[in-house]
Amino acid sequence: MTGVLTVAVFAPAAGALALLFLPAGRVRAIRAFATAVMAVPVAAVAFGAALFRYGEPGLQLVDRATWIPSLGISYFLATDGISLVLLALSALVGLLACIASYGIDERVKEYFVVLLLLQTGVLGVFAAQDLVLFYLFWELVLVPMYFIIGIWGHGRKEYSAIKFILYTMVASLLMLVGILALYFLTGAHSFALPDLVRAGAGLPAGIQWWLFLAFFLGFAVKVPVWPFHTWLPDAHVDAPTPGSVMLAAVLLKLGAYGLLRIALPAFPEAAHRFAFTLALLGVIGIIYGAFAAMAQRDLKKLVAYSSVNHMGFVLIGLAAATPLAVDGAVFQMVSHGLVSAMLFLMVGVFSDRFGTRDMTRFRGLYTLMPLAATFMAIASFANLGLPFLSGFIAEFYTLLGAWPVYPTVVAVAAGGLLLTAGFNLWMMQRILMGAPLPSQAGTPEMTPREIATLAPLAVGVMLLGVLPAAVTGWFDLPVREIVARLGGM
Amino acid sequence: MVSYAYVVPLLPLFAFGLQSLFGRALGRATAWVGIACLAASTAVSLAVLAEVLRGAEAAVSWPWLSLGGATFSMGVRVGPLEAAMIAMVTFVSLMVEVYSVGYMAGDAKFNRFFAIVNLFVGAMLVVVLADNFLLLFAGWEIMGLASYLLIGHWYHDLANARAATKSFLVTRLGDIGLLIGIFVCYQAAGTLDFAVIDAGAASWAPGVATLAALLIFAGAVGKSAQVPLHVWLPDAMAGPTPVSALIHAATMVAAGVFLVARTYPVFEASGTALAVVAVVGGVTAFLAATVGTVQADIKKMLAYSTISQLGYMMLGLGVFGYAAALFHLLSHAFFKALLFLGSGSVIHAARGEQDMHRMGGLFRKLPLTGLTFIVGGLALAGIPPFAGYFSKDEVLLTAWENERWLFWLGAATAGITGFYIARGIYLTFFGRPRDAELYTHAHESPPVMAVPLVVLAVFAAFFGWLGSASLGRLVQAFLALPGEAEPEAAWYAAASTIALAAAGVVAGGLLYGAARPELRAHLVRVLRPVYVLFREKWYFDHLALGATGLGLAASAFVGWFDRTVVDGLVNAVAWFTGVLGQASRRLAVGDAQAYMLTMAGAVLVGLAALLGLGVSRP
Repeated sequence: MTGVLTVAVFAPAAGALALLFLPAGRVRAIRAFATAVMAVPVAAVAFGAALFRYGEPGLQLVDRATWIPSLGISYFLATDGISLVLLALSALVGLLACIASYGIDERVKEYFVVLLLLQTGVLGVFAAQDLVLFYLFWELVLVPMYFIIGIWGHGRKEYSAIKFILYTMVASLLMLVGILALYFLTGAHSFALPDLVRAGAGLPAGIQWWLFLAFFLGFAVKVPVWPFHTWLPDAHVDAPTPGSVMLAAVLLKLGAYGLLRIALPAFPEAAHRFAFTLALLGVIGIIYGAFAAMAQRDLKKLVAYSSVNHMGFVLIGLAAATPLAVDGAVFQMVSHGLVSAMLFLMVGVFSDRFGTRDMTRFRGLYTLMPLAATFMAIASFANLGLPFLSGFIAEFYTLLGAWPVYPTVVAVAAGGLLLTAGFNLWMMQRILMGAPLPSQAGTPEMTPREIATLAPLAVGVMLLGVLPAAVTGWFDLPVREIVARLGGM
Repeated sequence: MVSYAYVVPLLPLFAFGLQSLFGRALGRATAWVGIACLAASTAVSLAVLAEVLRGAEAAVSWPWLSLGGATFSMGVRVGPLEAAMIAMVTFVSLMVEVYSVGYMAGDAKFNRFFAIVNLFVGAMLVVVLADNFLLLFAGWEIMGLASYLLIGHWYHDLANARAATKSFLVTRLGDIGLLIGIFVCYQAAGTLDFAVIDAGAASWAPGVATLAALLIFAGAVGKSAQVPLHVWLPDAMAGPTPVSALIHAATMVAAGVFLVARTYPVFEASGTALAVVAVVGGVTAFLAATVGTVQADIKKMLAYSTISQLGYMMLGLGVFGYAAALFHLLSHAFFKALLFLGSGSVIHAARGEQDMHRMGGLFRKLPLTGLTFIVGGLALAGIPPFAGYFSKDEVLLTAWENERWLFWLGAATAGITGFYIARGIYLTFFGRPRDAELYTHAHESPPVMAVPLVVLAVFAAFFGWLGSASLGRLVQAFLALPGEAEPEAAWYAAASTIALAAAGVVAGGLLYGAARPELRAHLVRVLRPVYVLFREKWYFDHLALGATGLGLAASAFVGWFDRTVVDGLVNAVAWFTGVLGQASRRLAVGDAQAYMLTMAGAVLVGLAALLGLGVSRP
C-alpha cells in the first residue's frame, strides 16, 4: 500500500466535497481551490512515476483492500506502464482544463464540483484493477460529462447531452452484461482484472466471441469506432471548451484503453478472429473522419471529426497486435490527448473572441494574433503528422508495425494521411492566412492564462516528437506482455 | 573533421532556433545570425569534403529509441555522395542567403524569412546526412514544411496561400509512397539503417525490391517535381525569388534525385524500377522543356527548366549513370541558383514585374545581371565550355549506351532548352525596351546581391571542367559507385547534342532577335494545336484540379452521409425506442423503483442469454 493512486484518484472527489462548503459567490476562491485540487493528482502521479520501477513487469503501486469478499470484489488500484502514462496524461489535461474553465461564469461552484468528480472517474478507470470498481468509475465519468454539456454547453446542448449519455449508457450496459457473464462463466470468484483476464483466455472460443462482442461494443462507442461515432461531433460542438478538451483528450482514450486492457487480452481467440474487422473499422474511421472533417465549416466540428480520424490509427495498431503497432497505438493515445486538447483550447480562444466558429467568418490570424496562430499551426501540423511532433511518431510506428500483418489496410491508412493533411492545411489556409477582416481589427492576443494552458501541451507535443523514449520506456514492456498474450509476433 | 559532420545540419538548425525565439530582439541582425551559422556550416562542409577527397569516410550513430524489441538509432554517415552534397548545399544556400539581405531588405517579415531559410537548409542537410530512413523522412517532411512556409511567405494574398497548400499536398502524395516504401524496406531488411538495406537489397526477392524502389521513387517524383507530380513547382513561384533559388537549386527538388541515389542499391536490384525512373525522367525533361518555350513569366520559364533538368538527372539515374546524374545535380545547382538570383535581380530592378514581354533592352541598365544571367543561360543550354554542357553530355552519353530512344528524347530536349533560354534572354535583356517606364526606373542591384551572382557565375562557367575528360573526369570518379563504368565517348552522339543545343539557341535568338514579330504570329497560327498544348501545360493542371474537385465532392458526400444516414439511423433507433416506451407506459407504474427493476431485468435477460449461449456451445 503506497496510497499514491488512492490519493491521485480520490483527491478530486474529496475536493469536490469540500467545495460544497464554500459560498457560491466567492468565484475566485472556488477557481483557485479547484485548481489546487486538480494539481494534487498531477503531483501524485509524478511521485508515482518516480517510484515506479520501469524494468519490472506487472502491476505496481498497488492499493488493495478487501471490500465485498463474498463476491470476490476488492478495492484494487494499481498501475502498469500503460496505465501510468494515461494517468499522467489525464492528470495534466484535467489541470489544464480546470485552468481553461475560468471563463465559465454561470453556476461556478456546481461546475467545478462536477469537473472534479469527472476527474476522479477518469483517473479511477485507468487505475482500477477490479472490474466492479472499473465499472463504477466508468459510469461515474458519464454523469458529470452529461451535466457539463447539458448545463454549461451551448447550441442544442440538451439534445447533445442526452444523446451522449444514452449512447454511452447503452454501451456500458452491454459492458456490464459482459463483466457479469465473464465473472460467472469463468467461475473465478474474483473480479480482479488480472484474474479475470487470465480466466477469460481459458474459455471456449464460442463464448469468448460473445463476451468479446459485448465488451467491444461497450468500448467502441467511447473510442469512437465508426459507425458509432455520431454522438461525438454533437457532444463536442455543444460542450464548453474545457468539456471538449476532457472529452477528446481523455474520455476517448477510455474506450481504447478498455480494448487494450480487457477486451483483447481476456479473449485472445475472439480478438484474433475479430482483428481484421477491427483494422478495417480503423481504416474506415481514418478515411471517413478525414473526409467528414473536410466537409465542415464549423472549426469545432472539424476538430471533432479529426478525432475519429486519429483514433482509427489506434484501432489498426491494436488489431495488428505486433509490439511496434501496439506501442504506436498507445503512443497515439497520448499524442492525440495532447494534440486534441491543444486544438480544442484554440477553438475556444477563437470562438471567445469572434463569437463564431464558422471558418468563413474569421481569417488572417497570422497577422491578427501571431502567437495564437502559431499555437494553432503547431497543433495542426502535429495533427497532420509532421515529424518532430508527437503525432508522427505514433502514426509511423503504428503503420510500420502493422504493415507485415495488414499491408492493404496500412497502405490505405497511409493514403489517408493525404486527406488528413488536406483538411488541416485547408483549415489553416482559411483561418490563419489571408488578410484579416476589417471588423476584427483590435482583436486581443491570447491572455497569459490561455498561454499557460497551451504552452505545456505544445512543449509536450514537441518533446515527444523528438524524444519519444521519454514515455515509450513506460509502456513498452507491458505492451509486449499483452502482445505475447495475444500470440502476436 | 569528417566525424563531426553532424554539426553541418545542426548549425543552421541552431540558427533557426535563435532566430525564431529572439527574432524580435535581434532585429535586422537576424539575417546575419543565420548567415554566420551557415558560413560556419559551409566551412565545416568544405573541410569534410577535403578529407573525403583524400579517402576518409565516417559513420556516427547514437541509440535513440528502443521499441517493441527493436532498437532505432540516429546518426550520420559521410562518403563521397554526402560530402559533395553538403558542400554544394551549404555553399549555394549561403550565396542565396547573402543575396536575400539585399532582396528582402524592405520586407515586413524579414526575420521570419531568414529563420525559415535556415530551417530549410538544415532540413536538407539532415536528409543528406541521415544514416537511416526515419531521420531522412523527418528531414524530408520538415523541408516540405519550410518550403510551404516560404511559398506562403506573403500569406496576405490568398493566391500565395493556395500555392503553399498545393505544394505541400502534391509533395505529400509522393511522400505517402515513400512512407510505404520505408515499410517495405523495414520488412525486408529488419532495420531502417541504410548500411544494412544497401548491403542486403541485392538479395531481396525481385518483386520486393521493385515494389520498394517504385514506392521510394514516388516520393522522389513528388519532391523533384517529375511528371505527373510536377504541378506544384511552377506555383511555388509565389514565394520570394530567393526562395525559388533555394527550392530549385540547393534543396527540395535536389532531394528527390538524391533520394534515388541514396537508395540506389534497391533500384539496382530491380531492372523494372530503373526503367521506370529513366522513362519518367526522359518524359519529364521533354514535356517541361516544351512548356518552357511559351512562358511569359521569367520565373515560370525557369521553373519549367528546373523540372526539365531534374528529368535529365532521373534519366541519368535510370540508365545506370549514377555519377553522371549527380554531376548534373551539382552543376545544375550552381547555374540554376544563378539564373534564379539573376531573375530576382531583374524583378527587383523592374519593381516586381515578371512578364518578359514588358521588359527588353535591360542589358544596358543591368550589365552585371545580364552578363551573369547569360553565363547561366549558356550553362543551362549545354553550350561548351559552360558547366551544363559537361554534365548533360555525360547523362546523354550514358543514355546513348543503354537506351537509344531516351538519348534522342534528351537530345531533342537539349535543343528545346537552347531555344527557350535564348528566347528568355533576348526578351529580357535585348531588343528595344517595351515598357518605357519600367526601363527608365531599372537600376543595377546593390553589391550584397551582385557578389553572389558573380561567385555563382564563376561556378556556372567553370565547374564543368572538373568533370571533363581532359581533367580526368574528377567529379564522376569521385562520385562513382564501385565498378561503375564511364560512358564511351561516342563523338557523333556528343556532336549531335551540341549541334541540337546550338541550333536551339540560334533559332531562339533569330526568331526573337532578328525576325519580324509577324513571323512569330504566323508560326503560332500555323502551329496552333501544339502551341495550345504547351500553353495549357499538357493539361496536367486540369488533372490536379480534377483530383481536388473529386476530393471535395467526396468530402461533401461523406459530410451529408454522416449527418443524414449514419446519424439518421441512430436517431431512428432512439425514436423507435421512444415509441416503444410510450406504448409500454401503460404497463409501467411510473415510479423510479419500477424503472430500476425493469433495467435490472433487462440486464438479467441479457446475461441469461449469454449464459445460455455458453451452455449450448461448450
